[in-house]
Amino acid sequence: MTVSNQVLASGPSSAATHGDDPVETHGSRPSGHYSVVDVARAEWIKLVTVRSTTWSIVALVVVSTGIGSLVTMAKASQFSQHPYATGIGFDPTRLSLSGLLLGQFAIGVLGALFVTAEYSTGTIYATLAAVPRRHLVVIAKTVVFGLVAFAASEVTCFASFYAGQAILSGSAPYATLSSPGALRAVISGGLYLTALGLFALGIGYIVRHTAAAISIFVTILLVFPLILQALPTSYINAVGKFLPANIGLVLLSGSTPANSILMKHMFSPWVGFGILCAYAVVALVAGTLSMIVRDA
Amino acid sequence: MIEVQGVTKCYGDTVAVDDLTFDVRPGSVTGFLGPNGSGKSTTMRLIMGLDYPDSGSIRIDGRRFRDLSRPLNKVGALLEARAIHPGRSASNHLLALAAANGIKRSRVEEVLQLVGLEKVARKRAGKFSLGMGQRLGIAAALLGDPEVLLFDEPINGLDPEGILWVRNLLHHLAGEGRTIFVSSHLMSEMALTADHVIVIGKGRMIANSSMADFLARNSRQVVRVRTPESTRLRQAIDEMGATVRAGHDGALSVEGMTVEAVGDLAFRIGVPLHELSRSGASLEETFMNLTRDSLEYMDGSGLTSNGLRDGVPDKVVSP
Ligand SMILES: Nc1ncnc2c1ncn2[C@@H]1O[C@H](COP(=O)(O)OP(=O)(O)OP(=O)(O)O)[C@@H](O)[C@H]1O
Ligand SMILES: [Mg+2]
Repeated sequence: MTVSNQVLASGPSSAATHGDDPVETHGSRPSGHYSVVDVARAEWIKLVTVRSTTWSIVALVVVSTGIGSLVTMAKASQFSQHPYATGIGFDPTRLSLSGLLLGQFAIGVLGALFVTAEYSTGTIYATLAAVPRRHLVVIAKTVVFGLVAFAASEVTCFASFYAGQAILSGSAPYATLSSPGALRAVISGGLYLTALGLFALGIGYIVRHTAAAISIFVTILLVFPLILQALPTSYINAVGKFLPANIGLVLLSGSTPANSILMKHMFSPWVGFGILCAYAVVALVAGTLSMIVRDA
Repeated sequence: MIEVQGVTKCYGDTVAVDDLTFDVRPGSVTGFLGPNGSGKSTTMRLIMGLDYPDSGSIRIDGRRFRDLSRPLNKVGALLEARAIHPGRSASNHLLALAAANGIKRSRVEEVLQLVGLEKVARKRAGKFSLGMGQRLGIAAALLGDPEVLLFDEPINGLDPEGILWVRNLLHHLAGEGRTIFVSSHLMSEMALTADHVIVIGKGRMIANSSMADFLARNSRQVVRVRTPESTRLRQAIDEMGATVRAGHDGALSVEGMTVEAVGDLAFRIGVPLHELSRSGASLEETFMNLTRDSLEYMDGSGLTSNGLRDGVPDKVVSP
């Protein structure tokens, strides 16, 4: 590729004046420090200009809603054949949101990748060359990702809920948003996914490696519950309620009488959500510290 | 102005940078030379605040990197590793960086044009050739119109035209009064590009001087002469006190005499010449000798004066 010296001559000096000194600064070069808003704008551009973001969000919405609908259909036909057997503990809200148990991995991938891709591609050097106050990068990423994840997750939850209830409405009991706990479940489902995504983002900063971050995320959500099953019942009851997967189960369930028995060893929805948020905060703080003290 | 003061950096057992102290001054191109693994890229990362030194301090115009109010307006860098997401377009990459420091969007177009990437600005950077990637890196470095510019092996992957372009760009930027710090392991390229040179080996300072001084001190003049009566000429040269060696093709290599002096001498003693030329050990050869076994040359202040002879360095007794 050719670059003429003409282009060169029109050179870099044309853009702005030199100097960090505000006195020297003209309109083209803003004075003062860069702010967290500037950094957030940069993070927003980074998030929306890679395909993996689009794919993760599409996967989140489509997989959650699709799997939720399939499971709901299966249950609906089961119910019409054996209404009594299926009826105990039947929770139309949780049923419609059951696709989230797969969709949650999409949000985890999105959160982890938002960070680890910077490390695997070397973009982190460019990022930190522009924003050497590293905590601002984590704050900006957290806010931008949090907002995007929350929006996508709520869309997913409402879509799953309406699709599921539409499927049920012909052949089985169904819920509306005014059914006990239904609106809470739909909204807290989105919050659950958002908190998980932020948790994954924090892990991303700790391990800086896509595969490692996703493995840890999957292990905590899928493998921990399995390990727990191998323990004595007293442990299951004492420890099980702290698992993100179980907190999620409570958050995604409506407030049916059966549920209050089924989940008597669990935390109530908002306490559970608080604990989940604490996990995310711990991961993010650890990630921030790890980012600040280590070489880029 | 970059001030590096007693900086040391270890990675595990590897001492990548060992007590380096130097300044990089504005208005000229400072070449940063050293063989592979000598610590050039590490030094650049330390200057950029990306890696932390174990000891020592680094200042950019008197300030720590992390205290710069808008770093891209102060320091631009093309680092060794390609710092670009392959799925992101060149212009989006630059737009994100610009946003981080509140730089106008129009500046992105400007630097893309400056490096000649405006036609592929919307293509994914992963599809870029090595040279295009380097140009994008250079565009990112120039984005904030900074006073201080670091280039880690900028000509890597560039064709001859690209190399010339970079050389002109560096001169142009230095001419505008900017501080230009550029690494390379090609001595010959730096001889053409840099006004000042810093040489390191195994993380330690070997030389820090103006390029002219460096070349004067380190380039051996060798005169190549071919004659059918080489025995007579050899004898005469020996008597002049210069060193002469017979080359494999029958030519003589003379050190310690100018090409004119050798010609005059041959005329005086009536020896016919079939060839007479200046050859000189190549710069690369000189550089390799200088940096080979870097530690043996260290005498604290820089370079020992007669460390090089016949391509085999004399041992310098360690202080
Ligand atoms: N992040 C790192 N972790 C561990 N070792 C490192 C790291 N970076 C550099 N090193 C080591 O430090 C030394 C200096 O490496 P550096 O990349 O700075 O050399 P260089 O002069 O840039 O070499 P080259 O000409 O090959 O680019 C090498 O021994 C290298 O292996
Ligand atoms: Mg290097």
